[in-house]
Amino acid sequence: MPRPHHSILVRRTVTIAPFNLPFPGPQINIMASALSIQQLGKTYKNGVTALHGIDLEVAQGDFFALLGPNGAGKSTTIGIVSSLVNKTSGKVSVFGHDLDTELAAAKACIGLVPQEFNFNVFEPVVEVLVNQAGYYGVPRRLAFERAERYLNQLGLWDKRHEQARDLSGGMKRRLMIARALVHEPRLLILDEPTAGVDIEIRHSMWNFLVDINKAGTTIILTTHYLEEAERLCRNIAIIDHGRIVENTNMRQLLNRMDTYTLVLDLAQTLAAAPTLEGFTTHLVDDHTLEVEITRNTNINSLFTALSAQDIAVVSLRNKTNRLEELFIRLVGNKAEAA
Amino acid sequence: MNARGQYIAFRAILIKEVLRFTRIWIQTILPPMITTALYFLIFGRLIGSQIGDVHGYHYMQYIVPGLILMAVITNSYANVVSSFFSAKFQRNIEEMLVAPVPNYLIMLGFIGGGLARGLSVGVAVTIVAMLFTPIPLYNLWVAISVLILTSMLFSLGGLINAIYAKNFDHVSIVPTFVLTPLTYLGGVFYSVSMLPPFWQQVSLANPILYMVNAFRYGLLGVTDVHLGVAYLAIIGFIVALFSFALFLLNRGQGIRS
Repeated sequence: MPRPHHSILVRRTVTIAPFNLPFPGPQINIMASALSIQQLGKTYKNGVTALHGIDLEVAQGDFFALLGPNGAGKSTTIGIVSSLVNKTSGKVSVFGHDLDTELAAAKACIGLVPQEFNFNVFEPVVEVLVNQAGYYGVPRRLAFERAERYLNQLGLWDKRHEQARDLSGGMKRRLMIARALVHEPRLLILDEPTAGVDIEIRHSMWNFLVDINKAGTTIILTTHYLEEAERLCRNIAIIDHGRIVENTNMRQLLNRMDTYTLVLDLAQTLAAAPTLEGFTTHLVDDHTLEVEITRNTNINSLFTALSAQDIAVVSLRNKTNRLEELFIRLVGNKAEAA
Repeated sequence: MNARGQYIAFRAILIKEVLRFTRIWIQTILPPMITTALYFLIFGRLIGSQIGDVHGYHYMQYIVPGLILMAVITNSYANVVSSFFSAKFQRNIEEMLVAPVPNYLIMLGFIGGGLARGLSVGVAVTIVAMLFTPIPLYNLWVAISVLILTSMLFSLGGLINAIYAKNFDHVSIVPTFVLTPLTYLGGVFYSVSMLPPFWQQVSLANPILYMVNAFRYGLLGVTDVHLGVAYLAIIGFIVALFSFALFLLNRGQGIRS
């Protein structure tokens, strides 16, 4: 009989059960590396160089964002770490296990949630997990127990006998997360884990990921949703054209924002952007005004200046998420997204 | 991964492979039974009755070993080539590639799947054959060993085909243009002694001839080739193809960029 569980499928009670895994206590050791990449290079057979000797360190217990525009080299990096792509040069080690000399030990530490769905769509959901556990040497009975636990936690237990192809897009994403966890990896790599997932379930997945990170699992995340990275990750690397262009603490990076832009919806129409002392303004349309504000400026002075010109504001919002704005500055305006 | 872990991983691949073809038994087990029944009806009963005895056996009895082996060859090959290629196509082969399971175990798992389907179909076809004619058993061990070795060999062939295949056309080219002609010309329906001397010599270059005749020896006790040569050829091919397939997987041919 299925265990009662909170399902993230149930609207208004969006919860993913806390992650009660048998991790051997908190393993957060910020000084040691979960992932160490040195001078990693990759040139494909067609001559395209995807990575130009990058260096990267991800500490144990970290929640790490790896961002970059499309084609920057994120998936190649993840592919090499998870041994789906052969590297051209450099060294990679996972929890001290060198990929060249201790490949099996390194692989055993990693759980991968790839960007594309890559399970057998004709297999029942529970078999996807049980088979995957088997490839890591998890005995079949234990694999079934874990499959039940993770499918419950991710709200998929009721779908366990359905073929994977019959799941919705969001369910398929969660199935891939459950599959990546079934052998209880120490390093979880998530490549766009919430792509195509609605906001409600995305927030539940965030909570779930935070829980497993707190339980000791190191997480590396790539995402198109920069709000996701800003909210979840403590450290960040930005890769562009196969080179690391930024690698720092998230808070330090965000503190570098010297200006941000507010979008004001106006009560009346304006023919031209008003001149406000200390602020740069831009009229988007006759009802919408953008105001660029320098960091540490008291925005009360903005409203004082607006009131002085009899301009009433109905509502306001940030033009972009802070990280998104920084990201675009770092990788140039050509970037479509992370 | 220790020995127990490797055993569990091998078992997981094998169970997955067996579940795969049994889940779609209407596509995998039933068709060869129907095809073989038609062969027996047309070649055995209708045409065979006009042919008379071959090596002292009724024609229908004479073609039984070849038809069983043909079904085993075709299904062992088809199982691995379709399973491995679809795993590549859907990219679920990555489930194994990211895991610490060694390449030789991946190979053995897929070969085990091919063997399971080949032998299942072999048993099913034998049951169908027994509805048409009694089947003698001259040497059980020769019959079983040839069946298993042949199934392994063609499972390996299917694996190599799948490793190189880039689309579904590539999956069907070898079975259609190589395997089927070699099987039909491998003495399934006739004894090579019926052929002119030149074509007898040409036939000796066909490896399937050795397998069919070795299996026929196991059931009927008659063969056109020396049994030792047949075993040597089958085992030699298995060693060669296993080594080659392992080399390809270790290199990441078709599965790693």
